[in-house]
Amino acid sequence: MANYKLSINNKIVSVEADPATPLLWVLRDNLNLVGSKYGCGIAQCGACTVHLEGSPIRSCQFPVSAVEKNKIVTIEGLSANGQHPVQQAWADLDVAQCGYCQSGQIMAAAALLKKKPNPTDEDIDLAMSNICRCGTQVRIRKAIHLAAKKGGTK
Amino acid sequence: MSTDTMTSRRQFLKITSIAGGGMLIGFSFSGDASAATPDDAAFTPNAYIKIAADGTVTLIAPNPEIGQGVKTSLPLIIAEELCIDWKKMKVEVAPLSDKYGRQATGGSGAVRGRFEPLRKVGAIGRQILINAASQTWNVPAEECYAENSFIIHKPSSKKLSYGELAAKAATLPVPTDAPLKDPKDFKIIGTRIKDVDIDKIVTGKPLYGIDTRREGMMFAMVARQPAFGKKIKSFNDADALKVIGVKKVVQVKNSVAVVATSTWAAKKGREALHIEWEDAAKLESTSDHDNSYKEMLSKKAPSTARNDGDVDAAMTGAEKLLDVTYETPMVSHCQMEPLNFFADVRDGKAELYGPTQVPDSLRAQVAKELSLKPENISIGMPRQGGGFGRKLQPDNGVEAALISAAAGCPVQVQWTREDDMQNDFYRTSAMFRYKAGFNKEGLLAWHQSSASLGRGTNADTYPAGAIKNFRSESQGLTSNIATGPWRAPTHNILAFAAESFMDEVSQELKKDPIAYRLELLEKAKSEPVGKLSYEPEKFKSVINLVAEISNWGKPLPKDTYRGFATWYSFNTYVAQVVELKMISGKPKIQKVYCAVNCGRVVNLSGAENQMQGAVVDGIGHAMFGKLTFNKGAVIETNFDRYNFLRMRDTPLDVIVKFVPSEAPPTGLGEPGFPPVGPALANALFAATGKRYRKMPFEA
Repeated sequence: MANYKLSINNKIVSVEADPATPLLWVLRDNLNLVGSKYGCGIAQCGACTVHLEGSPIRSCQFPVSAVEKNKIVTIEGLSANGQHPVQQAWADLDVAQCGYCQSGQIMAAAALLKKKPNPTDEDIDLAMSNICRCGTQVRIRKAIHLAAKKGGTK
Repeated sequence: MSTDTMTSRRQFLKITSIAGGGMLIGFSFSGDASAATPDDAAFTPNAYIKIAADGTVTLIAPNPEIGQGVKTSLPLIIAEELCIDWKKMKVEVAPLSDKYGRQATGGSGAVRGRFEPLRKVGAIGRQILINAASQTWNVPAEECYAENSFIIHKPSSKKLSYGELAAKAATLPVPTDAPLKDPKDFKIIGTRIKDVDIDKIVTGKPLYGIDTRREGMMFAMVARQPAFGKKIKSFNDADALKVIGVKKVVQVKNSVAVVATSTWAAKKGREALHIEWEDAAKLESTSDHDNSYKEMLSKKAPSTARNDGDVDAAMTGAEKLLDVTYETPMVSHCQMEPLNFFADVRDGKAELYGPTQVPDSLRAQVAKELSLKPENISIGMPRQGGGFGRKLQPDNGVEAALISAAAGCPVQVQWTREDDMQNDFYRTSAMFRYKAGFNKEGLLAWHQSSASLGRGTNADTYPAGAIKNFRSESQGLTSNIATGPWRAPTHNILAFAAESFMDEVSQELKKDPIAYRLELLEKAKSEPVGKLSYEPEKFKSVINLVAEISNWGKPLPKDTYRGFATWYSFNTYVAQVVELKMISGKPKIQKVYCAVNCGRVVNLSGAENQMQGAVVDGIGHAMFGKLTFNKGAVIETNFDRYNFLRMRDTPLDVIVKFVPSEAPPTGLGEPGFPPVGPALANALFAATGKRYRKMPFEA
């Protein structure tokens, strides 16, 4: 066990954890930030996606010891009240079905728009490799385009 | 809460006043009056509409949401008749208190069957408020109407809010007559209503079973059978108990549970267990199943699901025969939220909270296993990260209860994806043999036969009734690998074989695939062969609509190809056109057109979402989904080996249109799935000249 000082959602927090613990479980079990979801544990499905210095990472395969001073943002810290253009677009288009994978989808989409404010369908194909069994990808694609139109880089 | 409860023997509705001047309307959410006993005293409502003095309307109902939108679509039916502002309505899931009575079963999106009863609940609520206003103003009730949470006196334009009327309404008798709205006046039903939880979903609020956190709760992981047919011989937990955070190790039936202070510690502890497994039954492999299916299909089936005319004679006299085999693999449910369950069993009581659609059977099993009184077991259901049939099995909840009882503490049992994949109740694999006999006049006979695990794939479905000589038979293979319902059970694989074969038959006859289906359905209507399990006119309604919206028959852009299929399941008719483009020799699906006849659409956004999702899901499983067993063990244990559709594989758009209908709403979560696989196979044939008879296509 070791002690880590992490920057999560613009706050410095202190956690006691085994160095190999994936960041996902530190967020969920130690910090009670349960918006990031467990789906596969092998960085395949993307339900656990968070931002590390603005880039999307799969937190289920990212050991807490590797976070160091890098700033982590989770779905809970993406915006104060769900006002991020991507969150708004998701709500406007009623994207979700079961909703479980959507926080990871939103984090992946927000990171894409930060890099490419006006993504093409090909950009979306490449960046959005998250799994959704409900099959909401058609609306996800539309929501990303909508968020881009409304200024998704915010 | 006051005690002056009034109950209507006929309506199964209870009106109660609440502290602070509001009213509570209790009713049976299942919409099934017979589920409640006609004995007034014994009737316990399981859902409530609370109208507070400040006018807030809250629906409290035990409706688990698993992704088909019932948490939104069912309340909006009540809101419509109650004439309230939907934006001001709150929807809460019933808390775990005993006062909320019997838990509802299911939750399988059954808007069908609840539509009229829930309208009635809303209408009675509206009528009580009208009666309260009419007494307050001393005017005839007929002169009053409801609008946007107000009762208005038409002649004088006086108005009173529901909040102002609630206290008085709570003292009035339940009206025996409450007229339903004329559907022409619907303001909410049929419009686009967002999921009631959408704001919580997009901000990552705790909503799911996996998010459960309770005082003193431990996390558990369970070592279960590594293969179907294996049994624990012995285990040693010394190393597991050395892992920091691990508190206890308990054996529960054929599994060993590690109870720890965090998920990660529980997982590490599980990895440190030494378990010796022994063979307790045959260890089956996929190749065993496939060999048995071949053998079964080469022989005459012992019984038939349907047998019209004389297929054997017609085949003998045929000038040409078509005889082909289709195959579908085993697949796992892969709901995105791996199974979990919270259980706190102590002092003769159990509190269970987690993802399930069968709380009643969960309660019965836990009562039996732990010798608890059913009334001492409470079950709460959070929003659920997908179901697709997996949550019709209560195993995850039962297991958690046993672990909590054995460990003596509240536990959250967390399954890994690998646990889910190895311990599922899978969609069975199947093999289908289809034969058709032709002469110069056309199709003489159709013979379909299937072999699968379990009971077999029963098949008295379309095109039965349209073909003079028709035989359908199925055979089941006994297996110790668990199978169970999976999105659109039976239809999910049967439609692939039937509608692919229909395309082959129409090609043989040199007929347009849509025109040929319409011709058959016309025959089924004008001169049906035996009993029909479908309505030809409704079938034709979706085929004609999809032909119209896709401009079927018009010239297509370069390298663009199409396939068509249609199917009827869960009382809903669906027809689809898949359009793909060949790009450097590889197919890329561009668009899917989808026409649906599901009776009246309750929530247009939800209904469209279900159809779009089923199409995408159907494409994913046709292209990629495949589970293989080697000696009882799953080979594709996670998404690195179990291929799943990604954004790059999805159509750019799925265009959904509903046939306008006044009929009661029918199922929507499943019927969109069956036709898309064959429509895709037929499009791939159009593009490549090759028949895709074995799923997955990208094997």
